[in-house]
Amino acid sequence: MNENTSDDTPVDLDAAFRDSHIQEVLDKLDRELIGLKPVKTRIRETAALLLVDRLRKGFGLSADAPSLHMCFTGNPGTGKTTVALRMAEILHHLGYVRQGHLVSVTRDDLVGQYIGHTAPKTKEVIKKAMGGVLFIDEAYYLYKPENERDYGAESIEILLQVMENNRDDLVVILAGYKDRMDKFFESNPGMRSRIAHHIDFPDYSPEELCSIAQLMLEKSQYHFSPEAEKIFKDYIVRRMELPHFANARSVRNALDRMRMRQANRLFEKRTSKLTKADLVTIEADDILASRLFNGTDEKKAT
Amino acid sequence: MMTNPGNRLTQGQFSFLPDLTDAQITAQLKYALKNNWAVGIEYTDDPHPRNTYWEMYGNPMFDLKDPAGILMEINNCRKTFPNHYVRVTAFDSTRGVESPTMSYIVNRPKKEPGFGLVRQEAEGRNIRYTVHSYATDKAEAERY
Repeated sequence: MNENTSDDTPVDLDAAFRDSHIQEVLDKLDRELIGLKPVKTRIRETAALLLVDRLRKGFGLSADAPSLHMCFTGNPGTGKTTVALRMAEILHHLGYVRQGHLVSVTRDDLVGQYIGHTAPKTKEVIKKAMGGVLFIDEAYYLYKPENERDYGAESIEILLQVMENNRDDLVVILAGYKDRMDKFFESNPGMRSRIAHHIDFPDYSPEELCSIAQLMLEKSQYHFSPEAEKIFKDYIVRRMELPHFANARSVRNALDRMRMRQANRLFEKRTSKLTKADLVTIEADDILASRLFNGTDEKKAT
Repeated sequence: MMTNPGNRLTQGQFSFLPDLTDAQITAQLKYALKNNWAVGIEYTDDPHPRNTYWEMYGNPMFDLKDPAGILMEINNCRKTFPNHYVRVTAFDSTRGVESPTMSYIVNRPKKEPGFGLVRQEAEGRNIRYTVHSYATDKAEAERY
């Protein structure tokens, strides 16, 4: 097809949509990630843009590769890394990145120990991420304003250059806590302007956390007994009030402890008859044993 | 008789063909990556066929997924040494193999003076032959 195609040439967006298998990925996203409404909307929008761009290209219309560098902000345990992984997959399905792998790094992987160490180190990581997604966790650590001789700035400079020049080779995703990322961008305006998508990950509601727990249990082939389910909701609400609550991560840790208690409970009554159902059920007692429910030393609860 | 017009260096793969384009190099890199070979970039200004050890440009690149990163390094190397020979090697690190599997030139000097045949008179009427690169008459880095 070329520019001579008349303006009323039909466009089969639906066929292109089906061909890209993007619906499968989006469905999987909906199934496996609870909540995160704004994030999903953003992903859907991005997917739509890329798909339309691809169709435009088919007609010979100009379709500049959009800049897809992203910044994920949100509290701990809100699913930033998980979504980044999915993002790599989605962008791969849409043909935006060629390989669709995710290289996850932190400051240590990018910044060197001595003069002249940083540039090769950063470049090495960038080369590994080419054709995929470079995920920089806790990106605000890259810039340490209190130490003007810090090599982080050098790393940022190289990153900026690559983000600009190799836009179709890799997608950079920065992640971190909201307030610290804001400060990071304030001191690196170049970085801010090169990142088109700022996505904020909201905290989960107690109901969402319960469904996350269900999903996690399902994956490891456990389930709550009916009472346990009710008590778990109570547990989540109590846990959310405590400091250092890390959303889905706290839920996972809590579940791990419950599995431990369940194993212990089974072990103690090993002389009685056990069934397969006992092995997969988490009872109310396993949750109630948590320190959160013994009012005495509530502060120490984890 | 001119057997090799232009005195093009013919070492490694594809050396009798016209210079590879970036797209062709990318295709070759893709093949190397598909086989899990580590790709390295080397340069020299002493192209004698017995000079097997060329200077490495950066470290060999392990664990790469996409040729774009290597092509970027090749272009950096070309920019740094526009008048050197630059070659790309692929290395198979499989235990028991551990040897280079591919090697091809991706950059050559604008003018290649080529090699001369040197004859040395030895005992009796014996003649010893050796190959001499005209470029190496000059000091390193001034050769091309």
